[in-house]
Amino acid sequence: MKETYTLKLIQEIESGSLPLDEYLARKAEAIAKLEPILNSFITVVKGFEKSRIERLGLLKGLTVAIKDNICMEGIETTCGSLILRGYKPSYDATVVERIKKNSGVITGKTNMDEFAMGSTTEWSAFGPTRNPWDPCRVPGGSSGGSAAAVASGESDLALGSDTGGSIRCPASFCGVVGLKPTYGLVSRYGLIAYANSLEQIGPIARDVYGCALLLTAIAGYDPRDSTSIDRSYTDYRYALIEGLEGFRLGVVRELLGEGVDQRVSSCIEESIYRFESLGATVEEVSIPSISFALPAYYIIAMAEASSNLARYDGVRYGMSLSARDYDWSRYYEDVRSRGFGLEVKRRIILGAYVLSAGYYDRYYIKALKVRTLIKKGFMEVFKRFDALIGPSMPILPFRIGEKIEDPLELYMCDIDTVPVNLAGLPAISIPCGLVDDLPVGLQIIGSYFCEDTILRIAYNLEAALDLRLKPVFSEVCV
Amino acid sequence: MSELKPIIGLEVHCQLTNLRSKLFCSCSADYRGKPPNTNICPVCIGEPGSLPVLNREALISVLKVAIALKADISRFTYFSRKNYFYPDLPKNFQISQYDGAGGIPIARGGSIDIGGRIVRIRRIQLEEDPGRIVYEGTITSSTGLLMDYNRSGIALVEIVTEPDITSPREARVFLEKLRSLLEYIGVFDGSLEGAMRCDANISIPGGGRVEIKNISSFHDVEKALSFELARQKQRMVRGLGVIRETRHWDPRRRITVSLRVKEEEQDYRYFPEPDLPPIIVTDALIEEAERSMPILPYEKIDLYVSKYGLSRGLAEILVSSKDLSELYDKIVECYGKPGRVASWLIEDLLPLLDKLGVGVKDSKAKPEDIAYLLKSIDEGLIDRSRALSMLRSMVLEGSRPVIVFEHSLESRISLVELDRIISEVVEAEGKAFQDAIRNPKALNYLVGLVVKRCGGRADPREVYKLLSKKVREYRRSRR
Repeated sequence: MKETYTLKLIQEIESGSLPLDEYLARKAEAIAKLEPILNSFITVVKGFEKSRIERLGLLKGLTVAIKDNICMEGIETTCGSLILRGYKPSYDATVVERIKKNSGVITGKTNMDEFAMGSTTEWSAFGPTRNPWDPCRVPGGSSGGSAAAVASGESDLALGSDTGGSIRCPASFCGVVGLKPTYGLVSRYGLIAYANSLEQIGPIARDVYGCALLLTAIAGYDPRDSTSIDRSYTDYRYALIEGLEGFRLGVVRELLGEGVDQRVSSCIEESIYRFESLGATVEEVSIPSISFALPAYYIIAMAEASSNLARYDGVRYGMSLSARDYDWSRYYEDVRSRGFGLEVKRRIILGAYVLSAGYYDRYYIKALKVRTLIKKGFMEVFKRFDALIGPSMPILPFRIGEKIEDPLELYMCDIDTVPVNLAGLPAISIPCGLVDDLPVGLQIIGSYFCEDTILRIAYNLEAALDLRLKPVFSEVCV
Repeated sequence: MSELKPIIGLEVHCQLTNLRSKLFCSCSADYRGKPPNTNICPVCIGEPGSLPVLNREALISVLKVAIALKADISRFTYFSRKNYFYPDLPKNFQISQYDGAGGIPIARGGSIDIGGRIVRIRRIQLEEDPGRIVYEGTITSSTGLLMDYNRSGIALVEIVTEPDITSPREARVFLEKLRSLLEYIGVFDGSLEGAMRCDANISIPGGGRVEIKNISSFHDVEKALSFELARQKQRMVRGLGVIRETRHWDPRRRITVSLRVKEEEQDYRYFPEPDLPPIIVTDALIEEAERSMPILPYEKIDLYVSKYGLSRGLAEILVSSKDLSELYDKIVECYGKPGRVASWLIEDLLPLLDKLGVGVKDSKAKPEDIAYLLKSIDEGLIDRSRALSMLRSMVLEGSRPVIVFEHSLESRISLVELDRIISEVVEAEGKAFQDAIRNPKALNYLVGLVVKRCGGRADPREVYKLLSKKVREYRRSRR
C-alpha cells in the first residue's frame, strides 16, 4: 500500500516516534495559528489537546473536526445560525458517540453555511471561512469549515454533511477527499436536519485512506434512525488493496455539459487517461433525467427545510428574547426575523410555497416524480458500469463575495452534485489536479452501498497521480 | 322546529393508554401527575437532530382498533407532517396522517351499531399528542403561558365518523359505545383524565357547518351539541342564518363561543414525514393483532343470547361495560345459572353500586363471594334485605359473606331432631368435642358440621347455644 499522509501519521503515532500528546499539542498550535486567517471553526473544544486515551482504537487518537450541525453533548452547536446561539445539546449524535468510542479526539465544531444552506460557507452567521489555497476565495460549502480545517492541517479528519453536495463541493475546492455515503449507511441521529430525505453525514480527510478509516468508524445501523439500514460491518480499508483491472467506468455526459469550466473538464479528461492506463475501461454514458435534477432538488430540499426549521421559535433552546407582555405568535415572529439569515428565510418561504394547497402537486409531487426517474436512470446505468465519473464542481473556487448576490448562480454550482442526493447514491470527491494553484475535484459515483468500490477507484487514482497537495496556509505533522 | 334535524359527525381522539412508551420515543406513556417537563427526551421536545422511531406496540394497538370497528386496514400507509405553529407543538408540526384526498390512513370504513342505527367510520389513524399549555391564572388574565411537555408525543388514535349522527343524545351513545369497545380490546382506559377528546361537526338544513372544539367528556358532547343545536335553530327561526365557523366549547359556562370564521380551510402543508419510512402492514402484523383480540362486545352479546338464552336487551346491558361482563362471566363460572345471575346483577347489584357511587371495577367484592351470596339467597339461607346489606360491606370493604341461617318457622328443623343430630355429631367427633371443652373457639367446627347435617335448616346461633350447653353439661358431669 502506498504510504499516504494519514497512514504515515498513524504509523508514527503507533510506533511512538510521534507521541500522542505531542501530536495533539501540534494540532492545537496549528489551530491557534491558522484560525485568525481561515475561520474554520465556530467552537474549538477547550483542552482537546490534553485528551488521554487508554487504549488506542480504530482512529488512534487522530483529531476529528465536527461540522456544527452535528450534536455533541454540552458543546455549543449553532448550525452557523444566530437562532441556535447558546444551544448546548443534551446528547451526543450517534456519529459523535462512535468517534469517541473509536478513540478519535474531537477538536471542535466547524463553520458552515447557516443550516447547511449554501455552497460557499459565506452564509454563516459567524463570518465566512477562507480557502487555505487562497484566503480571498471561498472554501466551498456548506461543510467549508471541515474541508478547510483538513486541508490546512488544523484537523486531520473531519465530518461534514452532504444534502446536495455539501461534502463534495468543499472537498473539491479545498483539495481534500470527501465522501457522501449511501442514504441510510450512516446514522442521522443528532444531525440537525436541513433536508432529511437527502442528507448524510460523511468523512473528509487528506487522503482516501483517511476517508475509508473514518467511514469505517461511523457507518452502521442505528435503531434511533428509522431510515438507517441494517447491514453487516465493513472495514473499508480493505477495499483499497486491489487494482482497477477490468473496471468499467462511465463518464456521465450530463455532468460535463454546459457551464463546466474548460480547465475543469481538461483535468477530468486527464484522469480518464489515468484510469485507462490502470486497466479500467472508460465509456461515455447519458442519463437524460439528470437535467431536471437541480430544480427537483431545490423543491424537495426547501420543502423539507421549511418544516424542519419551524421548531426554532426561541422557546426551548437557542436565541431567546424577553417575552413578557406580548403574545406568542408575535414572539415567534420576532425571534425568527432576527435569528435566521437571508438565505434561510428565502428557502423557508419557497419551501412553504411549494407545499401549499394548489402548488403541492405542481411542484412537490412533480419533483418527487423527477426523483424517481433519476433513480431509475442511475439503476439502469449501473447494470453496465461499476462506477460513474464526472467533475465534483463545474467551476474553480471563486472569490468571496463574487456570487453571493445572485442566488440562482450559486444554486447552479450544485448541478453536478445534487443528482446523487436525489438518488441516495454514494459518491466521493478526490483531488485530480491543480489549475492556477487551485484544486480540481473528480467525482466518483457508486451504486447503492458500493462505498468500497468508489474508495478503491479513488485510492488507485490518488496513488497514480501522487499530487502531494499542500495549500499555502497549512501546518502538517508528517 | 323539530323538522330541523341536525347532521352530526365526530372526530374522536383517544390516547392508547395501554402503551408503556410514547409514540416515537421511549419516554413513559404514564405522564399524569408528574412534575412538569420531567417526562421528556430530545425526541418528544423536538430537540434539534433528534429523530422519531415508531413504537411497534402502538401500531398493533391501532390495528386492533381497526379490527374491532370492522374497518379496512391499509396494507401501505405512511405518516405526514401537519405544519402549523402553536406553543404546545415542540416541533411546530405534528406527526400525523394526511386526511385529504390521496392520504392513506391506517384504516378506513367500519361502523358502530348504536342500538339499531349504524354510524359509519370514515377514517382511523395514528398521531402524536401535543404538550399541555398551562395558563397562569385564567386564559384571559394570564400574562404568559407555561408549557408542560410531559404529554407531548403520547400516542393518539383518531377516529372520524361519517355525518351519520342525528341527535346530541346519539352522539353521546356513540362515544359510550366506542369507549366500551376500546376498553374491551384493552387499548384504552376512559377513566383517565383527558384520555378521550372530541371535536364535533354539526349543521342543520339550510345552515353552515359548525365545528365545535375542546369537548373532553362524554357528558359534554351531548351538552355542547344540544347548546349548539338550540343556537342554530334560533338563528334560523330569526332568519339570521348559520355561518360556517369553528366554535370553542366552554365547559364552565356551558356554551360555545366563536373561535374563527372559516372562510378557507387552514393550509397545513402536509407532506410525507421523511424521517419515518412508509409502513407495510403485513399479514403477520395483522395476525399478531388478531391473536391479541379478546371476544368483542357484539360477539359477546350473540354468545349470551345463543348460549345462555339471555334476552338481547339483558345481554346488551351486561356487555355495555367490559368490567361488568367480566364480572358476570366469573360469577357464572362459579355458580352457573346464567339467566338468574344476569337478572340479579342488573336488579340488585347495579342499583346498589349506583347508589354507593362505586364503579364495577372499584368494587371490592370478589366474584366467587358474590356467587356464594347469590347461591345462599337462592337456597333460602338468607333473605334479600340482609343479603343486600351484606353485599354493601362486601363491595365497600371486601368482607367475606357470612351466611346466618334464618328460616321461617315452618321449614326450621325440630328441636328434637336437632338435638339428635348434635348428639350424633358429638359422638362421631369425640376428639373435636374434647378440643372444644378446652378451647371454646374450636366449637365453631362442630357448629359447621351440625348445620351441614341439617341441610341448612338449622340456625347456627341456636346450634352454638345447644352445643355450648352440651359442653357445660359435660364439664359438670366430670366434676
